[in-house]
Amino acid sequence: MNTLALDSKEKTGKNVVNDFSIQVATVNGSGSQSSNNVLMRSIFQMGIPVSGKNLFPSNIAGLPTWFTIRVNKNGYIARKKHIDIMIAMNPQTAIEDVKGLNPGAVCISPIELKLDAVRSDVRHYQVPFAELASKASDNMKLRKLLTNMIYVGVVADLLNIDQAQIDIAITKQFDGKAKAIDLNLNAVKIGREWARENLKKVDQYSVEPMDKTQGKIIIDGNAAAGLGCMFAGVTVVTWYPITPSSSLCESLIDYLKEHRIDKASNKATFAVIQAEDELAAVGMALGAGWAGARSMTSTSGPGISLMSEFVGFGYFTEIPTVIFDVQRVGPSTGMPTRTSQADLMSTFLLSHGDTKHICLLPGSVQECYEMATEAFQIAEMFQTPVFVMTDLDLGMNNWMSEPFKYPTTPINRGKVLTAADLEKAGKFERYADVDGDGIPYRTLPGTDHPLGAYFTRGSGHTAKATYTEKPEDYLYLMDRLAKKFETAKKHVPAPVVDTVSGAKVGIIAFGSSDFAVQESRDQLKEKGLATSYLRLRALPFTAELKQFVDAHDVVYVVEQCRDAQLRDLIRLELPESSMKFKSVLHYNGLPIDADFVTEAIIKGEGK
Amino acid sequence: MTAAPPTNRIGLTLSDYKGAPSTLCDGCGHDAITSQIIRAFYELGIEPHNVAKMSGIGCSSKTPAYFLNRAHGFNSVHGRMPSVATGAALANKHLHLIGVSGDGDTASIGLGQFCHLVRRNIPMIYIVENNGVYGLTKGQFSATADIGSKLKTGVMNELPPIDLCGLAIELGCGFVGRSFAGDPRQLQALIKAAASHKGTAVLDVISPCVTFNNHEGSTKSYKYAKEMETPLHELGFIPFYEQINVDYEPGTVQEVEMHDGSKIRLKKTERDYDATDMVGAIQTIKKAHDEKQFLTGLLYINENKDDFVSMMDTVDESLATLPESMTRPGKDVLESIMKELM
Ligand SMILES: Cc1ncc(C[n+]2csc(CCOP(=O)(O)OP(=O)(O)O)c2C)c(N)n1
Ligand code: SF4
Ligand SMILES: [Mg+2]
Repeated sequence: MNTLALDSKEKTGKNVVNDFSIQVATVNGSGSQSSNNVLMRSIFQMGIPVSGKNLFPSNIAGLPTWFTIRVNKNGYIARKKHIDIMIAMNPQTAIEDVKGLNPGAVCISPIELKLDAVRSDVRHYQVPFAELASKASDNMKLRKLLTNMIYVGVVADLLNIDQAQIDIAITKQFDGKAKAIDLNLNAVKIGREWARENLKKVDQYSVEPMDKTQGKIIIDGNAAAGLGCMFAGVTVVTWYPITPSSSLCESLIDYLKEHRIDKASNKATFAVIQAEDELAAVGMALGAGWAGARSMTSTSGPGISLMSEFVGFGYFTEIPTVIFDVQRVGPSTGMPTRTSQADLMSTFLLSHGDTKHICLLPGSVQECYEMATEAFQIAEMFQTPVFVMTDLDLGMNNWMSEPFKYPTTPINRGKVLTAADLEKAGKFERYADVDGDGIPYRTLPGTDHPLGAYFTRGSGHTAKATYTEKPEDYLYLMDRLAKKFETAKKHVPAPVVDTVSGAKVGIIAFGSSDFAVQESRDQLKEKGLATSYLRLRALPFTAELKQFVDAHDVVYVVEQCRDAQLRDLIRLELPESSMKFKSVLHYNGLPIDADFVTEAIIKGEGK
Repeated sequence: MTAAPPTNRIGLTLSDYKGAPSTLCDGCGHDAITSQIIRAFYELGIEPHNVAKMSGIGCSSKTPAYFLNRAHGFNSVHGRMPSVATGAALANKHLHLIGVSGDGDTASIGLGQFCHLVRRNIPMIYIVENNGVYGLTKGQFSATADIGSKLKTGVMNELPPIDLCGLAIELGCGFVGRSFAGDPRQLQALIKAAASHKGTAVLDVISPCVTFNNHEGSTKSYKYAKEMETPLHELGFIPFYEQINVDYEPGTVQEVEMHDGSKIRLKKTERDYDATDMVGAIQTIKKAHDEKQFLTGLLYINENKDDFVSMMDTVDESLATLPESMTRPGKDVLESIMKELM
């Protein structure tokens, strides 16, 4: 028989609707990505909140990969620690995969793997995938691909996923290609029909339509950031491929090619260069920023390290550019397809000498979009390299979001003097603090005025941009740069603060940890622990941080790194409160989950 | 009453092309090159404010401060001027870029970026002020030092030199010249011709370091270069706005028409050299090394190569100053993208 009930006498238990996680274990390069997207989108289109995570190896084909879909009626979209439904398609990992399940979980697997022999306390659905695939196509290669759609059909039947939504998702996935759509729809049908006739439902999971995703979009953070860059009016893009940042520039390039060709001349309003390395990429971005372009580059940790000397140069000579760091696990090659937040401190202080940088910390795909746009404004306003720090989880995974809003503020190019401005002023000193905010004025090369030119140098320079080694000139320059950084505090995105009256415990987190923290706070509340929450959205710190810390007895700093980097930065900022902080550190390469945060805080509170 | 100083075709005087006073050692070859840059740009009547001066780090890289005060300058980090120049060229394609680097800056730390700049054919003049040593860090050998060349301390160089001209030709550079700081006429003609080239123009200029590499036993000293220099041809440059026709005896002159209509005339000396023959140029450079000859002149020219900035096919305006109406797509675009993601 294909269906095996549990050994135990336990019944199916009470029904669980719209609250479970599905994990598909496959081999990378096997084409399962489309099926997984279809599965996720179909549920999403039924109005049920979902999130999708691809856990993949640093390899092109043949190694195990896992795709996890979390379905949650309450809208929690962080990673869920335990898998409820495993689709164990990969013989290499099937035994481990099924061993990792909680008792009572569901396992769908090819019949020949005989996984029921491995775990008898799991609910098995064993499917003759090979036999079904042979019905789906005569072509051996296609059969392999279509097997993926067959499991979609099986799951659809078991969970009661609306076929109409699957049809729509497949049409979308295969972008109107009729033949591919037919083949895939047929494969789903084969799976669904086989399941209907042969499987007896022995688990408690199912989906039911809701109205919680109406008007929402699904996008990954890199594409969202790419969109933000396009709407920011980026004109020069430089990059060097590296996981997990490549798809940021790749999607940006696609958007630019489609939407940034000047209609009148049919020519591009942008230039993209794939540089020879990150050192060149940031050099180009700085050269372009200096000459007046809205420039950017995107990379991950190893690239950030290479950019170090140039970024200090950009800080010291005051050149705007935007640098995205889609963080992955380091040091060195580390685990390039796993997520991390461990670049925070080194990026904030990147380069030698006294340097510190404005870093924006998006906590959702929407913020990837918004802060990408914001970063260009801030970079040009403050004439300095600005970092946007996301991570693999945010950047490469699919997230549900409100649709993005069109920018409401016009593009602000900062303090740039034209020939006419110079004529009126009768004077120009590149590095003088004219307005008392630490931000000087600049001119662009090509300015047709005798006062227009100045010399940019990484060596000591006076207010007039001439060479100097005089102590007082250097002090003026460094103190003005510090003042400029102070001014920036009023312009970077402020933290999002939720202060709960009476709560003694505060939580601070940033970036992709937000999803887990939000869910954890609800869990803690259920356990009777009220918490306040400050989600940091930028460095430098702003006044809200001190207020928040002062208002709580203990503050948990949740971050995805080993060395409590954010906690240490906060301690430097607020030394008087340094005993208040406790760390929740998640750094195994997987996205942080709510249970982990909750357990750590409960333990910390001695509950 | 003193007579008004002479002006060029756009009404500027020579001093409009000068820079801050040099702080290099008296007699440094780099200063001689600076003088020829000033002369060449003055005589060509290039608008100084449309020029951007780029450099890396080194004594040579300091020199952009000593010419064209009315042009923006960019003294970048050691060996990385090419990337900065590439970004600037894309941001504003109307700028004339001139880069000055050293043999350390280009052939050691910056070799990779140099190669990629040449490969991309970024439109700019790229001058290497080549003295065989790191002047600014007090005289260590650079990667262009010849085998057997001696430091003042007696240390001998045992590694083969990198020939930047040979390398540039190999990488497809369309304008490659070699000259000597002590040969102002030829140098000036080469700089002028380089300014008319649409693409990367590499000039490797032997520029003695009087403080660290001008002694007996050095192959980059004034004495050695003066004695050994063998011009490949007599080089003349006729700018597009000054067309004069002179009849030459057939077969004695090779004339190359530049992109902007200017002309280069290469008058034969005793040797018969064809500057448009790439393989011949590489052979000549190799042979000169073996025979310890110091050949100068226009080694290679090819006016039919696409430069990177043109290949980008950007709008006619400079990208740097495009208005928001051209760089921020409308609300309808965002809305349709959002619909697709729903
Ligand atoms: C990253 C880095 N490493 C080392 C140096 C030190 N440094 C400054 S100039 C120079 C060599 C310059 O040699 P070259 O380009 O030949 O210029 P020259 O002084 O001979 O004209 C070195 C090694 C530096 N500025 N930056
Ligand atoms: S040290 Fe050499 S290269 Fe530097 S300025 Fe003096 S002579 Fe010129
Ligand atoms: Mg040198």
